[in-house]
Amino acid sequence: MSAKGRKSPVRVLIAKPGLDGHDRGAKIVARALRDSGMEVIYAGLRQTPEEIVRAAVEEDVDLVGLSILSGAHMALLPRIVRLLKKEGGGRIPVFAGGIIPDEDARRLRRLGVRAIFGPGASLAEIVRTAQQLARGVA
Amino acid sequence: MSRAGTPDPARAIAAGDRRALAKAITAVESGDPASDALLRAVFRRTGKIPIVGLTGPLGVGKSSLINLLVAHLRAQGKTVGVVAVDPTSPFSGGSVLGDRIRLERRPGDPGVFFRSMASRGAAGGIAASTRDVARLLEAAGFDVVLVETVGSGQVDVAIRDVASTRIVVLVPHLGDEVQTLKAGLFEIADVFCVNKSDLPGAETAERDLAELASLGPAPDGWRSRIVRTSTVVPSGIPELWKAVEAHERFVAEAPGHLAEQRRRLEQEIVGRVRDLVAAEIAARLEAEPSLRHLVDRVVARELDPRSAAERLLPRSRR
Repeated sequence: MSAKGRKSPVRVLIAKPGLDGHDRGAKIVARALRDSGMEVIYAGLRQTPEEIVRAAVEEDVDLVGLSILSGAHMALLPRIVRLLKKEGGGRIPVFAGGIIPDEDARRLRRLGVRAIFGPGASLAEIVRTAQQLARGVA
Repeated sequence: MSRAGTPDPARAIAAGDRRALAKAITAVESGDPASDALLRAVFRRTGKIPIVGLTGPLGVGKSSLINLLVAHLRAQGKTVGVVAVDPTSPFSGGSVLGDRIRLERRPGDPGVFFRSMASRGAAGGIAASTRDVARLLEAAGFDVVLVETVGSGQVDVAIRDVASTRIVVLVPHLGDEVQTLKAGLFEIADVFCVNKSDLPGAETAERDLAELASLGPAPDGWRSRIVRTSTVVPSGIPELWKAVEAHERFVAEAPGHLAEQRRRLEQEIVGRVRDLVAAEIAARLEAEPSLRHLVDRVVARELDPRSAAERLLPRSRR
């Protein structure tokens, strides 16, 4: 049953994997996505990949956004993408934001992270990309 | 849309398929016609477990209490489904659903299913589909369903008709005892929970509520209980659950029990008819230019809304 009627808002999970406590960026992105008409499930700080994937499945989200500033992105993000593929039926796109060096970003994209935003990214750009990913056109 | 060859969702849900349950909830929430068959199929098996509503103003600790109740129930071996509602923006239609952050990690525990819901324009503190989502969780085999309302105001009492036991959560210093006399929220409590009772003023709050409860039982004969809790250093949670169980037992044995169930279901049926008629009329307004002309005349003040509504009613009604 794929239940996305035209009028149903996009559901997106925003979470912070790993141990850093810098959640201001995640909260601002959550707010911007809300203002663009999405239902944002805010899962908060210090989530394990397993918890994030579980939340994504239970909440039946269209999209997962991850914020990470700890430097552990190469360990955590591919694991989340992999688990999500297995548990979530392989259809839920993942985007990420944080302090991620270009070279890592390239590798993460190859590993299935669909979009990556650094410190200079504008909210408008993040919202636009999130909407495209949710609609499957990015 | 259900694809040909996909397994029957009612069967998948009953078998504990979490993804099927999550997808079915989305379908029910969105009013997807495909969910009608599912809801029809599960209804017969519902109405047997405690559906416990937690309501109360924003910030009183409903989500934190739910987290502790879940832990308490899991320790007793009971499985728990949770539906937590947060408000939808009237401006953007979006929402931030933040009740999940209070949920303690329970890695790999299949005995808990937590779902956040946006109110999607419904008044009263829950979404229009919250009752049906609770039914899906019951059909999935959970022993208890907890429903968290949006941060409620005095008139947000829709949870009354969805939950079998209603906990109204309050905190010290919300107002003097006159507040407890007012109609609405205070009237629907089967259990009052004075949360944050580690703060000063908890005794006064409890006393005011005790006085209210001593004024007399509800029409069904139940006297609301008052429990003090804290979630910082957890206390009062076993007592809170005992109060819920006492109410569940009382209701099951009360002579008016079936009449009350009948009243609720009758109300649900009437509500469903109202929705169907409204949807039919909205569709006809869209499709038939002659009916749109009726609206034009109201806009021009040649006709009043009441008369226009009468003319729009299905023919059999007139």
